[in-house]
Amino acid sequence: MKILVCISNVPDTTTKIKFAAGNTSIDTAGIQWVINPWDELSLTRALELKDDTSNGIKSVTVIHVGPAASETTIRKALAIGADDAVRVNAEPLDAYYTAAQIAEVVKKEQFDVVFCGIESSDFNGSTVGGMVAEFLGVPSVSAVSGIKFENGQAVLTREIDGGKETVTVSAPCVAIVQKGIAKEPRIAAMRGIMMARSKPVKVFEPVAVEPLTQVVEFEKPAPRAACKYIDAENPRQLIELLQNEAKVI
Amino acid sequence: MSVLVYTENWDGKFKKLSYELVSYAAGVAKMNGTSVTAVSVGRVEEAELKQLGNYGASKIISVTNENLSQLDSQAYAGVIAEVAAKEGSKVIIIANNNTGKAIAPRLSVRLKAGVGSGVSKLPVNHNPFTVYKRTYSGNAFAQLVIKSDIKILTLAQNSFDLVPSSNTATIENYTANVDGSTVKTSVTNVEKQTGKMLLTDADIVISGGRGMKSPDNWSPLVELADLLGGATACSRPVSDEGWRPHGEHTGQTGKIIAPNLYVAVGISGATQHLAGISSSKYIVAINSDKDAPIFESAQYGIVGDALKVLPKLVEAVKE
Ligand SMILES: Cc1cc2nc3c(=O)[nH]c(=O)nc-3n(C[C@H](O)[C@H](O)[C@H](O)COP(=O)(O)OP(=O)(O)OC[C@H]3O[C@@H](n4cnc5c(N)ncnc54)[C@H](O)[C@@H]3O)c2cc1C
Ligand SMILES: Nc1ncnc2c1ncn2[C@@H]1O[C@H](COP(=O)(O)O)[C@@H](O)[C@H]1O
Repeated sequence: MKILVCISNVPDTTTKIKFAAGNTSIDTAGIQWVINPWDELSLTRALELKDDTSNGIKSVTVIHVGPAASETTIRKALAIGADDAVRVNAEPLDAYYTAAQIAEVVKKEQFDVVFCGIESSDFNGSTVGGMVAEFLGVPSVSAVSGIKFENGQAVLTREIDGGKETVTVSAPCVAIVQKGIAKEPRIAAMRGIMMARSKPVKVFEPVAVEPLTQVVEFEKPAPRAACKYIDAENPRQLIELLQNEAKVI
Repeated sequence: MSVLVYTENWDGKFKKLSYELVSYAAGVAKMNGTSVTAVSVGRVEEAELKQLGNYGASKIISVTNENLSQLDSQAYAGVIAEVAAKEGSKVIIIANNNTGKAIAPRLSVRLKAGVGSGVSKLPVNHNPFTVYKRTYSGNAFAQLVIKSDIKILTLAQNSFDLVPSSNTATIENYTANVDGSTVKTSVTNVEKQTGKMLLTDADIVISGGRGMKSPDNWSPLVELADLLGGATACSRPVSDEGWRPHGEHTGQTGKIIAPNLYVAVGISGATQHLAGISSSKYIVAINSDKDAPIFESAQYGIVGDALKVLPKLVEAVKE
């Protein structure tokens, strides 16, 4: 069995977002790029599954749609333990475009299970995973907080309102993962970093796809009014303000 | 040409989110001079279906099929696509919850329809079709143009006010063509808590962080939430430590919520925490450190020891 983990390259989560002139893109100066937190966890889970040889996982490959500049992030994933990587040499123009590129690679290279994160921390789309599955015509399970293999089937835990379900599905399939999928992200050890240098990164040119959406302008969120302080000795006043001023209780 | 809205039901009942979706769809329909058709999947009583009219649906398509008793994103997307084609809908509205996130992207590829996800306001413009979208986990907003003929919008929960309407909706029963052999996922077990207010549904949320010091200090926080009819939440380290259940963790890697009131008790206000709560209408911070970043996001603040302030708040609410 072959696993593919989709990796998106995002600004470190503590980054103060600034926009470039014209507000049509973000100012990338000084940004630390990292693997999207969910993708880091799904890679961790994929490697855990591979470590258990009874699962019969031959390889864990990471894929990224992005320009050569994001190769640093791909190397990080290889250092953490992915066997090899694919980069589709294109700007990820929108989710539809990106998913189409990933699906194309899956068709060529035949993966059994594709992992995607539930949300990228930059575009906050929550759409690439489901789109990949639909392009491929294979089942997808979303809000996945656990995955294992049993009798050749994937057994997934899916979060639902106020609880969870167990869902079984046969490969090929797409698992769209969130909190719980792995406890802590695996970090690269020195040996992994050395080995990553010689691991293969295949570069594919993109297929022609028309994106369906386009960001035309960025804005900062509206600033909140200054904080009104209430004396710690008299919290009763807070309740009054919430009742009469904010009218929320 | 009607605006199509997928209204999920929970054991045959709708909830506030369903009416928010219909209200939003009615707002979009007004912009383009059309009407709202709601599509419901699963067994829902007629009286319950009619409720959707009270928020602006003129037609309700009720789909029942035994092969749709569990969420299979492929099958659901197929059925909604079928109904959208039948209605000639150019705009489709879905919730940005777990179910919506499972269905919307598949529907997008099927209909070649661009998605504006997690919207909270009506479209900024009809032509070109432009929506206002949260990006960078709340640190920026984007104006997104959807260029495709059909558009899909997913609406953030608790972000759009209900707009009552005097519509009387007509109900159409629709038998979907779903072959059981095409449903590829099977649900083998369900564990569900009932009777407890869901964090994502709550209008009031009282949330504790590491400043609560120990799992044994939570009772005044829980009592305050109960008295106000709210739900409880926590920061990530609190759930990681096992002080509180995992389902309570809010933030970028937890739940993203938008209650009317979010009270952050002993929470520093890290950007990853704010990512989950910054859309709350009012944020109250209770923190012993006057320089804690959470105060920058709060409208009301108390600088003080949470363990002393909470019992006083409980007293004040009781009176
Ligand atoms: C990739 C990534 C994702 C993350 N995702 C999330 C997420 O989804 N959600 C999340 O919450 N965090 C997340 N974090 C962690 C986040 O960065 C912070 O570490 C975390 O939010 C801090 O939790 P806290 O505010 O409870 O604790 P602390 O930062 O330790 O803050 C405790 C606060 O309590 C105050 N305090 C102490 N004693 C008292 C007292 N007696 N009375 C009142 N106040 C007191 C202190 O002044 C302090 O401000 C993430 C981190 C990373 C790297
Ligand atoms: N450029 C990309 N290359 C590879 N995978 C991506 C890319 N963008 C998004 N993804 C995957 O899709 C998930 C959800 O992204 P999004 O739909 O943008 O919220 C991410 O967690 C990644 O797993």
